[in-house]
Amino acid sequence: MSDLTPVLRLEDIVKTFPGVRALDGVSLTLMPGEVHALMGENGAGKSTLMKVLGGILKPNEGRILVAETPVVMSSPLEAKAKGIVFIHQELSLAEELSVAENIYLGELPRKRFGLVDWATLETRTNAILEKLKVGFDARTRVGDLSIANQQMVEIARALTVDAKAVIFDEPTASLTDAEKVVLFDVIAGLQEQGVGIIYISHRMEEIFRITDRISVLRDGSYRGTVNTADTDEEAVTQLMIGRKLDLTRNESHHELGDVALEVRGLCCGDLFRDISFEVRRGEVVGFYGLVGAGRTEIAETLFGLRDPSAGTILLDGQETVIHSPTDAISRGISLVPEDRKGQGLILGMNCRDNMTLPQVDDLKAGPFVAEGAEVSIFDQYRDRLDIRTPGWKQLVGNLSGGNQQKIVIGKWLSMRPSVLIVDEPTRGIDVGSKSEIHNLIRELAAQGYAVIVISSEMPEVLHVSDRIVAMYSGRIMRTFTSEEVTEDNLIQAISGITPDKAA
Amino acid sequence: MQPGTLSTFLKRGAIWGFIVLELIFFSIAGEFLSVSDKAFINVDNMLLLFKQSAPIGIIAMGMTIIMVNGNIDLSVGATYAISAIVMLDAMTWSMFAGLGDGVIPVAWILALLTGVALGALNGLIVWKTGVDAFIVTLGSMLGYRGLVFMYNGEQPTSHLNWTLVDFAEAQWLGLHTATWFLLVVTAAVWFLMNKTVHGRNAYAIGNNRSAAVNAGIRVGPHMVINFMIIGFLAALSAVVFYSESGSVNPNDGELYELWVITAVVLGGTKLTGGAGSIISTFGGVLAIQLLRKGLSHIGADTETVNLVIGLILIAVLFLDRQLNTKGKEELKV
Repeated sequence: MSDLTPVLRLEDIVKTFPGVRALDGVSLTLMPGEVHALMGENGAGKSTLMKVLGGILKPNEGRILVAETPVVMSSPLEAKAKGIVFIHQELSLAEELSVAENIYLGELPRKRFGLVDWATLETRTNAILEKLKVGFDARTRVGDLSIANQQMVEIARALTVDAKAVIFDEPTASLTDAEKVVLFDVIAGLQEQGVGIIYISHRMEEIFRITDRISVLRDGSYRGTVNTADTDEEAVTQLMIGRKLDLTRNESHHELGDVALEVRGLCCGDLFRDISFEVRRGEVVGFYGLVGAGRTEIAETLFGLRDPSAGTILLDGQETVIHSPTDAISRGISLVPEDRKGQGLILGMNCRDNMTLPQVDDLKAGPFVAEGAEVSIFDQYRDRLDIRTPGWKQLVGNLSGGNQQKIVIGKWLSMRPSVLIVDEPTRGIDVGSKSEIHNLIRELAAQGYAVIVISSEMPEVLHVSDRIVAMYSGRIMRTFTSEEVTEDNLIQAISGITPDKAA
Repeated sequence: MQPGTLSTFLKRGAIWGFIVLELIFFSIAGEFLSVSDKAFINVDNMLLLFKQSAPIGIIAMGMTIIMVNGNIDLSVGATYAISAIVMLDAMTWSMFAGLGDGVIPVAWILALLTGVALGALNGLIVWKTGVDAFIVTLGSMLGYRGLVFMYNGEQPTSHLNWTLVDFAEAQWLGLHTATWFLLVVTAAVWFLMNKTVHGRNAYAIGNNRSAAVNAGIRVGPHMVINFMIIGFLAALSAVVFYSESGSVNPNDGELYELWVITAVVLGGTKLTGGAGSIISTFGGVLAIQLLRKGLSHIGADTETVNLVIGLILIAVLFLDRQLNTKGKEELKV
């Protein structure tokens, strides 16, 4: 690093959303030819920071400097024009178009009269694909490629322009090991040309393999930068999780009943493989893992939204096949989905109607809906769950996140399930209501429900679970009891690091 | 062979297979059921088929662009009628009286400009208001049709120019004028969609709009251009047809939008945008026209034709869905 002008510098970036300070004075310096890792837990603000950098979000305060010149970026295009290329984690490809067209989307080479210069396009694309050592050519339709190859197409976009800084957001999430090696070669190549690289990943082994420095974010604030060579996984983990979070483990245990749900060797295509676990009545089992580890997909399979490709599900010891959500509900499985507003509630309907939605077929007085019965169900669960609303006529869309979540939970409790699956129960809910929901989950278990909690927030899983299942890319890495779990061994398990044989 | 190649091949080639099936079916059924003793597959009959496909076919090419782009245009039938009126009426305007037959190109140009202007209006509203194209063009379908009735009340607008009729009924290399127009339009639109940056961007916008925006493609102007193209083609279709007939009723072109969309969808263009082929749309147009002709050849009445086409459309979309589901692990919604 002889050239000492940073390619990119962020100074005291502040970004607030209503009610949240997503970024709080974050600074970051990217030197030419450096691979700079950005780490932090889910929700620490990495994505927000990168969106600010990529021109998708505007910061409230702070400056962005490209080669020491302050810039204002109002669109992704402007960022690209300034040499900042963003490789998204979520694919942004047009599936029906060819690989070449996707790589040069918006900048197709032209001939006279607005004609596409196919020859140039193909030569350039094939030259890039050559570097990436992929098994497809410029003309392949993107929709025909595997997810991993689509990710490679996304990566190829970084090589089309004369980039100064390239941001990779979890680029290896769907790549195989062979493709990772190629990606690392590409990164090394960019490095030699003096391009600065920001590399976001949760995977420690990659971070330690390819990065020069590591910056850590926690709860939207900057926690420091360390040289990769001078640190180790332990220290970085410490920086990431910090100490101020309430990481108290669940101490209380209820009387455990029989096994309510048992899963043996469940597989579903590429989504997850060989999943086996059991949940007893009165027990809370937490599923912890990174986004995309396959947790939600397991829940969806148990709820009949996906057909498993192998494996068995046993309910109360009986082998069961669940074809549809209707099936699941009638067998006593309920799912509180991840996307509360999109999948769990009908925002334009009132509280009562939302709560009685799955059973309205049974609440009939002659040919009409029995309003009285509906209201009494609503009243019962409003009191039991302490839902704060002016009355049943209130539209659900007007309630706070915590109360909305309670409506969803109440909806399923009124169906008297035996297994309750809760996916990201406190996403987008303020701190006070969070602990209320956590207490509620513990209480429900105490009343004899078998509860599965899926969460990406470590304090939450530690807080509510009797046992914790750690998942990594579609597999169960390890199952912890609440006595043996520590933040360190949990974070290692979900990063794909196998525990020491001695431990 | 890569996985998926077979289903892709089936999807791409399906419309032509369907046309062959129709030909075989109507030839055989015609032997037993037809009142005429002429064979169904006969040169004159097929030439006529092409000619009769032209009015719908020319508009269908424009609709393919619009639908690939992720929009829809319901106002084409009304645009078609207005353009026809403008063309026929312009030939009687006193200011063009001195032109003699020279009035013909003037009338044509006026009609085509009318189509382009109406299309541009649609496109601008869709772009600037952000209202869904379905709603915007539903409104303009009613509005434009209103203009048609305001122009001449319930009366037909007529003007017969024999030079024009001669031109429209001419045959060159065996094909009728209308057929030539259809073929040239098909080739031109194919070229536009496959060879130009505009065409490829239209695909990208329909396919993944946010990716297109992020890549710096200006979505609005592309949409306006596409609406202008379909307006132009609706007018061209009117020019071709009414040059021959010389009389337009205020109800003409009604339900054209639905026939056009049916042909485009039969040809495999996705309603959600991003995928579609001009050549397959051409196939879809022929398939519908064959069906209409074939059914009347074996003595079925018009109502039956509509019923059969409706059933086939639903069957085709069902098949398409079956071929497109990715496997049983897919999330069921």
